[in-house]
Amino acid sequence: MPNELLLLVKYTLLYASVLMMVALGGMFSERSGIINIALEGIMVIGGLIGVLATQMTHGLAPVLQVLFSVLAAGLAGVVYSLLLAFASINLKADQTIGGTALNILATAIAMVIAKRVNGSQSSKLDYTNSAFIYKIFGIDVNVFLFIGIAFLILSYIILYKTRLGLRLRSCGEHPQAADSVGINVYKMRYIGVLLSGFLGGIGGFAYIVPAVQSWNFEVGVAGMGFLALAVMIFGQWHPLKIALAAVFFSVFKSLANIADSIEFLSKLQWPKEIYNMMPFIASMIILALFSRHSRAPKAEGVPYDKGSR
Amino acid sequence: MDILERMKRGLSTILSALICVIIGLAFGFVILFFLSLSSYAASGNEYTLKQVFDTAFDEGFMRLMKGCFYMVRRGLKTEISQAAPLIMTGLSVGFAFKTGLFNIGAAGQYTLGAFGALYCAIVLKLPWYLCLLGSVIMGAIWGAIPGFFKAYFKINEVITAIMFNWIGLYAVNTIIYGGGTGAMYCAKTTKTWAIGKGVYEGTTIPNMNILFKNEGWGAYVQQTSIAIFFAIIVAVILYVIINKTTFGYEIRACGYSQTAARYAGINEKRNIILSMAIAGGLAGFGAGLYYLSGVAEWQPLVSTSLPGFGFDGISVALLASSNPIGIIFSALFIAHIDVGGGYMNASFFPREIADIVSGIIIYLCAFMLLFKSAIARVFASRNDLKGGK
Amino acid sequence: MSEYIIEMRNITKVFPGIRANDDITLQLKKGEIHALLGENGAGKSTLMSVLFGLYQPESGTILKDGQVVKINNPNDANALKIGMVHQHFKLVEVFTVLENIILGAETTSMGMLEKKAARKRVVELSEKYGLKVNPDAMVEDISVGMQQRVEILKMLYRNNDILIFDEPTAVLTPQEIDDLMEIMRGFAKEGKSILFITHKLNEIMAVADRCTVLRKGKCMGTVDIKNTTKEELSRMMVGRDVSFEVEKKDIEVGNTVLEVRNVTVASKVHKNNAVKSVSFDVREGEIVCIAGIEGNGQTEFIQALTGLEKMASGSVRLYGRELKPLSIRQRARSGMAHIPEDRHKHGLVLDYTLEQNLVLQRYWTDEFKKWGFIKNRAVRAHAKRLIEKFDVRSGQGPITIARSMSGGNQQKAIIGREIDRNEPLVVAVQPTRGLDVGAIEFIHQQLVQVRDSGRAVLLVSLELDEVMKLSDRILVMYEGEIVGEFDPKVTTVQELGLYMAGGKRQNKAKEA
Repeated sequence: MPNELLLLVKYTLLYASVLMMVALGGMFSERSGIINIALEGIMVIGGLIGVLATQMTHGLAPVLQVLFSVLAAGLAGVVYSLLLAFASINLKADQTIGGTALNILATAIAMVIAKRVNGSQSSKLDYTNSAFIYKIFGIDVNVFLFIGIAFLILSYIILYKTRLGLRLRSCGEHPQAADSVGINVYKMRYIGVLLSGFLGGIGGFAYIVPAVQSWNFEVGVAGMGFLALAVMIFGQWHPLKIALAAVFFSVFKSLANIADSIEFLSKLQWPKEIYNMMPFIASMIILALFSRHSRAPKAEGVPYDKGSR
Repeated sequence: MDILERMKRGLSTILSALICVIIGLAFGFVILFFLSLSSYAASGNEYTLKQVFDTAFDEGFMRLMKGCFYMVRRGLKTEISQAAPLIMTGLSVGFAFKTGLFNIGAAGQYTLGAFGALYCAIVLKLPWYLCLLGSVIMGAIWGAIPGFFKAYFKINEVITAIMFNWIGLYAVNTIIYGGGTGAMYCAKTTKTWAIGKGVYEGTTIPNMNILFKNEGWGAYVQQTSIAIFFAIIVAVILYVIINKTTFGYEIRACGYSQTAARYAGINEKRNIILSMAIAGGLAGFGAGLYYLSGVAEWQPLVSTSLPGFGFDGISVALLASSNPIGIIFSALFIAHIDVGGGYMNASFFPREIADIVSGIIIYLCAFMLLFKSAIARVFASRNDLKGGK
Repeated sequence: MSEYIIEMRNITKVFPGIRANDDITLQLKKGEIHALLGENGAGKSTLMSVLFGLYQPESGTILKDGQVVKINNPNDANALKIGMVHQHFKLVEVFTVLENIILGAETTSMGMLEKKAARKRVVELSEKYGLKVNPDAMVEDISVGMQQRVEILKMLYRNNDILIFDEPTAVLTPQEIDDLMEIMRGFAKEGKSILFITHKLNEIMAVADRCTVLRKGKCMGTVDIKNTTKEELSRMMVGRDVSFEVEKKDIEVGNTVLEVRNVTVASKVHKNNAVKSVSFDVREGEIVCIAGIEGNGQTEFIQALTGLEKMASGSVRLYGRELKPLSIRQRARSGMAHIPEDRHKHGLVLDYTLEQNLVLQRYWTDEFKKWGFIKNRAVRAHAKRLIEKFDVRSGQGPITIARSMSGGNQQKAIIGREIDRNEPLVVAVQPTRGLDVGAIEFIHQQLVQVRDSGRAVLLVSLELDEVMKLSDRILVMYEGEIVGEFDPKVTTVQELGLYMAGGKRQNKAKEA
């Protein structure tokens, strides 16, 4: 039994760090006023570039390999999220539709690039992930757990203790007020979206790399970005609550992976899909229960038009 | 004056859609060009830019544009079979747009529709038209759920629909697979049983050979089901409902302004649920049309991605500005380049280029209003000139 | 040194389809209170937004102390010590008072926000000027009057010397208005210069030194208040003599149309009830007006009456028929027309055409519907008739998109649609808000005609002038209760103000 428990902890930590990072990213974007439904796509792009960087840095010192590929994944996310920022901030596009487009595009782009890299009809990429995994107290812990915790602390400080955080939040709540005291709403929203790109990109990489050594980009990131969206809402756009929500969701998600190896669960003979379904069902129930207390940023989803009367 | 005004508004819509398509295709060509360039560069042989361009153009772009006509004997059937569900998912998304709802859940409703149709066909062995009904009912239920959450819990339908997309996919696959022993599951092919043969006679939608003689163009579509005509008929009916009836008036009022609709005594909660159910039914019907045409079987082991028709429906609807008649054409276009994508020279160009083009088109559609107002300004300045002289 | 601290010379600002400011010159002396007078839509707010850097003018220059300056954004304005209290407060509701005050002018140490010193300064300022606020309260929890004090503190915190007040009195009670005037005089005495935007003549006469008048984007001139009268200012503002009276027929009050008994409505914002046990009657041939400061339960009461929101308890009868269990549509059918408070949110489907909007409350009747289909020809004929009858002007007639129409014509369309239904009761909520004098006069006439024809009108208004002019009976609502009933022929604005502010209340009015 302890063995299975270790496994559960391992997967929970793995998924929780991913969901938390991506949800924190979403939080920055939405707190600045931009709905970021493109997290899924950003994760795919981040994952793809991260994997390519890992391949390229193969043979480098592990620390450098980690540093380089994580940065690459994050920057790829930033670049990709620029598309969302440009459409929704400058062109005042419908943010949900723009985000959906980026989700669809991301998988297509990833497949085209992966196939190109492979020079074949397969969009599966192989890599070694040993540099990312450490053994602590008998548990395989990957580097993203620490990165995630660092981001969590940083996010909290930035959002609530700095000038940037105060200004960013004001743009998500009341951009006219922010504008009237000389805050550049467009700039703040760009910062919010790009931060979400950075965190989302790294999150996508963190989902793919520690768990397996080859990834077929046909499947994108299999809905993790959407799950992160639910984590963010359940976490009420607040960093610490998001961290808790991420752990909560991850337990269910982990059960899908290890149900077979836990004795009493395997006796139930539930198919894996049931466990996969659970976080989604749980999030729906929770959303329904808490919908009346939602603290969503008031101005999210509304393009800000400086010239409007 | 009324008709003129209407034509003007319609024309600027069509023009802005064309702009989206042209920009999307241009991007597609640029990507093809670079893919071609990198292939030549990797081959180590000498090459000229003209060669690179020609390869990108002839073996990539033109085949994308030709679509089914590159290999019309096989292609036409594929394109028509794909256009039918695309029209339906496009109508699904478009109809919801008219009520002010973004139905990103068409993929999940489509999944449930497929389940409904296949269950009726394989397990119950019902005739095809009842199977279609089954697909509509299942899709409608799955569509009504986000509507319900929106109406009574004020949860954004996009979030709910995304969640229920995945819940639906996992649920359907679990039931069909049934641990490897599901009644609808054929272990040999790892898909659902192929319908239309043997015991499943009568569960497939008839082919066009009942309509066209086996000669000329008719020869190409002998084995193609008549599903596309159902889709077109539904589109026309929807057009009439939306634009000519009081129900359509209410739906659109809700879409433009929920508060004003409420003031007018329109039951907006009922309308939200109803229109999401209708949207779901339309998507489900699309799945029925596809899987009952016997062109493909459901693969329950693929649980990591949702059916692409659902998301393509978004491009289709956006491109047509949610106009049901326009949706017929935009669906044909999307099916066209998708089929064309498969005919590109695969050693240079992955077929997903077509998806990229369609993704870019959605992206552009997100700010299509910008094009529209630009075009409207052009019209306006023209009128000023006329008025001035 | 120039005589003027701020000069705006020949400012022109154009929006698509409208010249909001046309060659306007405004000169502000140091230490004066300068009023900017004009009707709604005359261009006052636009001009101030130009001064504050929110808009860039097409032409014209701004001078500070005789030097030409360029104000590209509020930061530039702030650097020139220009501050502004906006008509719609620019406060972040989920921030504290302190956070709102420092936003945009934060001090930091080691990259972290420094709030302690800021807090001390805010407390000092609020004590010095008698602007009582709690720096740690959430803005969403404090009253409108206190929110305005926060806005004023924002300017003081930034050491602004030129203070713009954009329609600051619209949300205040008469007593609060007096306090504000006192504060403004204090600022002027201290050498700060004040621009005071308003369309209320009494306030100008009371507090201002000089006044610049705008009409339809044009400058009508600047006058000394000492040398002018209310009538002259009003003529400058409107361009003709304005009749301050509406003619009403002497008619007998008839049967009771609406009986409201002990209606209570829960609040959506706080735990208390928004409307507390309200009772009154409305009879044929009278205009009954509910007066009160914004946010005292009028909106909630009307929504409960018309069915837009649920009422917690109580009863409403229309000609004896209980309305409580009826839906919105059923209520409308049983004899109630409703001119809603917010014409953009409720009154119109802005993206529908004018003709579609004109059948919004009756598209489902046999007149416009057959076999589930809309009778387009009937809709068109109906629209043409109403457009003619109520003088609704628009670019393309029946097929104009409602969004593209002017506010006045949008409101005329709504009023026409509702009055034309010939229902025995017309509920009109702030029917003239944001309109110019011409449109206001027209709408007043229409409402009086409804009354003169023996029907009943329930009017909700925030404008005391309108209340006094139109009503046959006045009910004052304060914190969700009816605190007094008055006869407009007997009462005064001052008396009403006292009740509106909660300073006084009659013993529970006994209804027959």
